Amino acid sequence: MSVAAAPRAGGTGWRAWLTTDTPGSRLQARSVQAYLAWLGFARNPLAMLGLAIIVALILMAAFAPLIATHPPNVQNLRERLLPPGSEGHLLGADELGRDIWSRIVYGARTTLTIVALVTLTAPVFGVVVGTAAGYLGGWADRILMRITDIFMAFPRLILALAFVAALGPGIENAVLAIAVTAWPPYTRVARAETLTVRRSDYIAAVRLQGAGPARIILGHVMPMCLPSVIVRVTLDMAGIIVTAAGLGFLGLGARPPLAEWGAMISTGRQYLLDQWWVATMPGLAIFVVSLGFNLLGDGLRDVLDPRGADR
Amino acid sequence: MSGAAGAAPRPLLQVEDLRVSFRTRTGVVEAVRGISFSLGRERLGIVGESGSGKTMTGRAVLRLIRPPGRVEARRIALDGMDLLALSERRMRAVRGERIAMVMQDPKFSLNPVMRIGRQLVEALQVHSKVSRSEARSRALKMLEAVQIRDPERVFRAYANELSGGMGQRVMIAMMLIPGPDLLIADEPTSALDVTVRAQVLGIMDALVRERGMGLILISHDLNLVATFCDRVLVMYAGRIVEELDAGRLSEARHPYTRGLLNCLPRIGGGKAPLPVLDREAAWSA
Amino acid sequence: MQRETVTPPKLEIEDLHVVFGQGTQRVEAVIGVSFALGGNECFGIVGESGSGKSTVLRAICGLMPIRAGRILIDGEPVQAPRGRAFARRVQMVFQDPYASLHPRHTIDRVLSEPLAIHGFADQQERVIQALGDVGLGPAFRFRFPHQLSGGQRQRVAIARALILKPEILLLDEPTSALDASVQAEVLNLLTRIRQEQGLTYVLVSHDLAVIDHMCERLIVMQNGRTLERLDASALAVHDVATDYTRALLQASAGYKWDAASSGAAFAKRPR
Repeated sequence: MSVAAAPRAGGTGWRAWLTTDTPGSRLQARSVQAYLAWLGFARNPLAMLGLAIIVALILMAAFAPLIATHPPNVQNLRERLLPPGSEGHLLGADELGRDIWSRIVYGARTTLTIVALVTLTAPVFGVVVGTAAGYLGGWADRILMRITDIFMAFPRLILALAFVAALGPGIENAVLAIAVTAWPPYTRVARAETLTVRRSDYIAAVRLQGAGPARIILGHVMPMCLPSVIVRVTLDMAGIIVTAAGLGFLGLGARPPLAEWGAMISTGRQYLLDQWWVATMPGLAIFVVSLGFNLLGDGLRDVLDPRGADR
Repeated sequence: MSGAAGAAPRPLLQVEDLRVSFRTRTGVVEAVRGISFSLGRERLGIVGESGSGKTMTGRAVLRLIRPPGRVEARRIALDGMDLLALSERRMRAVRGERIAMVMQDPKFSLNPVMRIGRQLVEALQVHSKVSRSEARSRALKMLEAVQIRDPERVFRAYANELSGGMGQRVMIAMMLIPGPDLLIADEPTSALDVTVRAQVLGIMDALVRERGMGLILISHDLNLVATFCDRVLVMYAGRIVEELDAGRLSEARHPYTRGLLNCLPRIGGGKAPLPVLDREAAWSA
Repeated sequence: MQRETVTPPKLEIEDLHVVFGQGTQRVEAVIGVSFALGGNECFGIVGESGSGKSTVLRAICGLMPIRAGRILIDGEPVQAPRGRAFARRVQMVFQDPYASLHPRHTIDRVLSEPLAIHGFADQQERVIQALGDVGLGPAFRFRFPHQLSGGQRQRVAIARALILKPEILLLDEPTSALDASVQAEVLNLLTRIRQEQGLTYVLVSHDLAVIDHMCERLIVMQNGRTLERLDASALAVHDVATDYTRALLQASAGYKWDAASSGAAFAKRPR
């Protein structure tokens, strides 16, 4: 049977470049693999839906001033609590007359900021600690994992309360609280992968060539951990958004009048029975974005899983 | 077919124009491309390298190939019964009871979380209604038949407590307990140590002889197949390129078979470079 | 008074003991193994699984800790940990071609890494040269291991082992996982390289025929001990001392039905 190869090579231009089975450089080789992975991903309709949602989120945040119909913080008490579909208010107005659609659009920025900040810090830190613990073993492993266990024991919301009490409310403190409690699971995942990878012949081979631990961990061990970590990150993002919204709901995250989805639900709570849209619209936004990340994560797992990587 | 007696009774297994293909991202891969053979109550060896389609042939006979794999054949018949026409339910009754398969590595083919005894009893009870105690005593007798000296202990053991050779013997016991007519052995000794190999083969040999079964031995080891089987089929790229009596292997005519025979190092064969197979495109046409 | 200078053996193993695990899991993998080989020799170690043959190689490389015994290269004991200089002198080819190359690195990266570690300048030329030496063209340079067949991967593994121009090559069942026809090609390649570059090999295998073809001298290991020392020429005439070696010899000849024995059946050449 044939060994895995790129789809019909040939043709001209970039398509040929991306489907060749004889790449001419490392960049091209990686691009070919990325393109193949993309093709695999694109075959999954739910995954594409997830990707579409996330792309829409990013675009909404990037082009907020163009998409929103009103400035998010302008109050207009004559238009308070207007229902969806009223003139000029696509999703209605809240208790201070602010347009809900616009607040949701600007709230996307806040959501994205939180997600980006947490993603850039927690998993990176977690993977570094996990691979080091897994590869070095012995005392380093024990100490690092005990520290990880300690952080894992912290309840996220209580820690957020503590930070807010100490440092005052704000998005940055909310992000800090989330990040500080989000990294331990990545450490465990990374360490588990490292323990398996460590015994491979290719690690033995590079050790035999005289490589030091840093080179091995960075260049050989981490690339093998990345797929599980990436999938885990996308699936965790939904949880992070909900947690951030929860913090906002408790008044621990965004300070008013900043448009943040969780805070919007919180203030809309009291109107839930008669003016349901004030709390429900931001709730739907959180739901849709979480769903998007989950679908994306599932799709990525199908593509990144080592099933196609070796034999 | 060469080798089989001309006026023999109906052959145990008849395969005509078997084709197995898989749809992959890059197109259709044909693992088996139209092979035909028949088998009496004898031993047939199927030899080939990786990618020759020999494993797929074994699985196709048992109808173990699931989509996206496709099996097509003019005829696959066991003792006259057309296997292709059977429903999945009836095929399940055939599998195990009339055709059994022993695979390469007992580490992967024995259930790691069930005791051996339970697996043996289950193999029996799937196909016949026997009481637990009757099943147990037959299982113990079967373990003795595969020369396990302490059958009670093995009955209670888990798969990971057994050595490779012992695990493979348990596998043989499990497969032969329902009393099948045909045994398909797919690389049954490749994962075993060389000294254990002979013992396991001897057990299979004795049982097959005693019960008058047919045996298909699938292997990459030409030497092994030549000394164990009565007839040999040589496969390359999904086709049978040669079919001959095991005793006449040295008279093989197809260049692939000759190449395969010549490229193996031999004890006392000297240090000259080994002849290398010069694969011709004609062989995969 | 004249003193004769005796050239020390290229590689000498003195009374090697390797133990791993603790308590109930303690395994004495290698027990008192000794052998020596001269330059440009191919030395064989034959044994089945659990004999300790692969452990001996790993102990030589420093991948397994040594409990007792000495390893000498050109008469000098090796350092522990092995260090870079050792990597320039001794390299290893592993058994499983599917596991010995990093699945996410291109072949180019696999081959340039040792050069980068040791600070070689002309990496690109050396990589292309190494690929050519093992019979792979430059088209393979930027492929990934999963795009290569087993035989091609093993060639890359050999190229990687040779790229630092070592003196001693440790071969751990290099062809066990390969088809017979591919095995022939790889064995021929190894023989050619040994002749061209004057390398010294230690070849581990369970296959006596392979050992006989490649090596001049060998030891047979069982359960961690050296059972027997032989010249390869003794194999052909069955001039062996122990039953175990005899069993290995006969098993490599094929299978024979023996109704009398309790299952252990041995063969002569196929009729």
